Amino acid sequence: MSNGLNSLKEWIDKRFPMTSNWEAHLSKYYAPKNFNFWYYFGSLALLVLVNQILTGIFLTMHYKPDAELAFRSVEYIMRDVDYGWLIRYMHSTGASMFFVVVYLHMFRGMMYGSYRKPRELLWLIGMAIFFVLMSLAFTGYILPWGQMSYWGAQVIVSMFGAIPLVGDQLTLLLLGDFNLSDATLNRFFAYHVVTLPLLMLVLVFVHILALHEVGSNNPDGVEIKENKNPESKIPVDGIPFHPYYSVKDIVGVIGFLIVFCTIVFFAPEFGGYFLEHNNFIPANTLQTPDHIAPVWYFTPYYSMLRAVTVNFLWVDAKLWGVILMAAAVVIFAFLPWLDKSPVKSVRYKGPIFKFALTMFVISFFVLGWLGMEAPTPLYTLLAQIFTVIYFAFFLLMPWYSKIDKTKPEPKRVTK
Amino acid sequence: MKKLRTFLFVLCMAPLSVFSAPPGMPLDKAPVDTTNNASLQRGAESFANYCLTCHAASYMRYNRHRDIGLNEAEALDLLVKTGQKAGDLMLTAMDEKEAEEWFGVLPPDLSVIARSRGADWLYTYLRAFYRDDTTVPGWNNLVFDRAAMPHVFYELQGEQKLVVETVGGEEVESLELVKPGTMTVSEYDQYVADLVNYLVYIGEPAANDRKRIGIYVLLFLFGFLALSIALKREYWRDIH
Amino acid sequence: MADSFSIEDEMNSRRRFLVAATSVAGGIAGVAVATPFMLSMMPSERAKAAGAPVEVDIDNLEPGMLIMVEWRGRVVWILNRTPEMLATLETLEPELADPNSEKDQQPDYAQNRTRSIKPEILVAVGLCTHLGCSPVFRKDIAPEDLGPDWLGGFFCPCHGSKFDLAGRVYSNLPAPTNMVVPPHTYLTDTRLLIGAESKESA
Repeated sequence: MSNGLNSLKEWIDKRFPMTSNWEAHLSKYYAPKNFNFWYYFGSLALLVLVNQILTGIFLTMHYKPDAELAFRSVEYIMRDVDYGWLIRYMHSTGASMFFVVVYLHMFRGMMYGSYRKPRELLWLIGMAIFFVLMSLAFTGYILPWGQMSYWGAQVIVSMFGAIPLVGDQLTLLLLGDFNLSDATLNRFFAYHVVTLPLLMLVLVFVHILALHEVGSNNPDGVEIKENKNPESKIPVDGIPFHPYYSVKDIVGVIGFLIVFCTIVFFAPEFGGYFLEHNNFIPANTLQTPDHIAPVWYFTPYYSMLRAVTVNFLWVDAKLWGVILMAAAVVIFAFLPWLDKSPVKSVRYKGPIFKFALTMFVISFFVLGWLGMEAPTPLYTLLAQIFTVIYFAFFLLMPWYSKIDKTKPEPKRVTK
Repeated sequence: MKKLRTFLFVLCMAPLSVFSAPPGMPLDKAPVDTTNNASLQRGAESFANYCLTCHAASYMRYNRHRDIGLNEAEALDLLVKTGQKAGDLMLTAMDEKEAEEWFGVLPPDLSVIARSRGADWLYTYLRAFYRDDTTVPGWNNLVFDRAAMPHVFYELQGEQKLVVETVGGEEVESLELVKPGTMTVSEYDQYVADLVNYLVYIGEPAANDRKRIGIYVLLFLFGFLALSIALKREYWRDIH
Repeated sequence: MADSFSIEDEMNSRRRFLVAATSVAGGIAGVAVATPFMLSMMPSERAKAAGAPVEVDIDNLEPGMLIMVEWRGRVVWILNRTPEMLATLETLEPELADPNSEKDQQPDYAQNRTRSIKPEILVAVGLCTHLGCSPVFRKDIAPEDLGPDWLGGFFCPCHGSKFDLAGRVYSNLPAPTNMVVPPHTYLTDTRLLIGAESKESA
């Protein structure tokens, strides 16, 4: 029996790099042994991606990308398709949880300096994944063709109209019509189920390849490859990903599934945050709902969009809002070059960085909260203040990271 | 770092409780219980008698009422006046164009109304009609100003009128029953509660199944979690 | 040395047990997740509603006449056979593959020579059991194309299978079995319900 398996393995290995890949990426891929809680979110993001693709495929079997039929077909899935409700809730909850996991994954990188040399490209690929994820979320949210789908999309598409010179033409190109219509829904469906997932899969694959080339960072920000056992050439602080991190990630996966399933089975609307109440009203092109806000994961950026209220330098407030919003996302990509600190991890960085990071997290949450509320003069002022704090975290980093009082990095990883 | 983590989680969970109710008049809490089949069946009957004339519930099939303890024959018996089949959708007999001319707006489909409006809003709304001769239907509503819908339960609830008092410089609106209907106030509250309960049920007929299955899923996952932690500890004994 | 060996042994057996237990739990989880996904691919409530039993009034069905009704998107024939037609059934039996309808292609109450509840009324799904074409009703006797022995029946134009007037297949032709008789019942003498044995079981 085992002889037969062995010869099958040999037969395959002569024709396909099975064993060598297994070793390179799992059983002989050495990861730092001091990963903590924050290091679960990479594998969890992969899990959610698989969930979205699987549930997505089954939803497309019943969904109809037609302005007349879309809303009804979603309710058809919820009622007439056996276990359709489960698949739909797994997909809608998965969308929100994707952002939860990715935001935490990004925050991990910011804490431990995972964007620093030699992981700049890894970080940039991650940023590309983040953009694709946002596009996926946006195109997916349109599909149920409820009031929030329609008017949310209307707002986002109108932003493109703010771009000088080409804005109007670009809007027509996006919509495929003179207003948001059946044609738009149909093409957004194509993006959501074909274009963007394909792109996402390629990028995730490249992200993992890049990671395995440079190796994982860790909470100490120490390069384990710089300290290898002279004989075996294995990093002394490294342990094989499989079995150690594969069994550890199983714990993370099940812990995550407990949270995920609690939401899916007991609070799929999540109090109106994951599935908004107004999206249970079919799209009505003649009537905007009283209060519209994007889904929670876009609200920090949405409130920055609304925070700009004055024209400035020949550019009107609307365009500034759009520029600011885009910049708020893109600015993450510059982190590798903004951070001038001699150490990577927050553990050894000084008080200024810790303060700045805390302020950044607070501003992210406050902006997120403001983005869900109807704007009032006070709220707009708050949004302006926290927008400044948000950007200050990045723009002042070259300065404060240099003068900050850091602690010396250890030679080896700590417990 | 531990502290930061706790802080983040608290922030994550905090917003849930803080803001959800829409501004305006405070809503009464609807006593919803979608496991109470007797209440749901009463609600179904009043839905068929009063709502289904103008409003469809077109995502719902008659035979789906097996969820609330009605077999096909019973469901058709309770809900249908004219010959429909058990698998049919709950449509209204009214012509859409005619309805729009009649009410000014097309009476909305009620299949998911409880999911967009919320049970409390519906419960308050259906009890908050008052006489107002300045409107077309002759009725107005405290939570939905100038609603196009007339007070269809007029005979049951009776007639209310609007009372505006000034308390501490602020105007407070309330309703007063001026002509009693065939039901007492508490009977009518129960009647509306049953109807709202039914609307919540048709908003998501699978909800009871969902919660029931969820318990088994979570029980399994907690067992699996314990097992996976044991496995992880076993392997990690190698790492010093 | 011996001591450490036995500790390692114990460790290994514990490890093996935990790996096996986790794998089993993972397998259960996998099957549990796959089940609702597979069920979601079965006919939905809408399909079931559209496939509900069909009521047909056969009051006007003259002897020798065939009508077609749709049930679950398939054609169902209702043929009122004349006494002459019924007489052919026995004559043709030597040429048939399954004259006694032994294969499970009909409800028990139609397992007889006429394959029907009322002898003259045939109810059958009008699809060839070979590859699903719909055969042609040929009641003309001894036509040129079907030869002098043809006493009336159904002929499949796709691959040449032949059936008699009870939907029984001729032997040595591509179709393997008799045509399907769907579940049906008489609500009244002339009111036929196709797709169910009673109104309640519908």
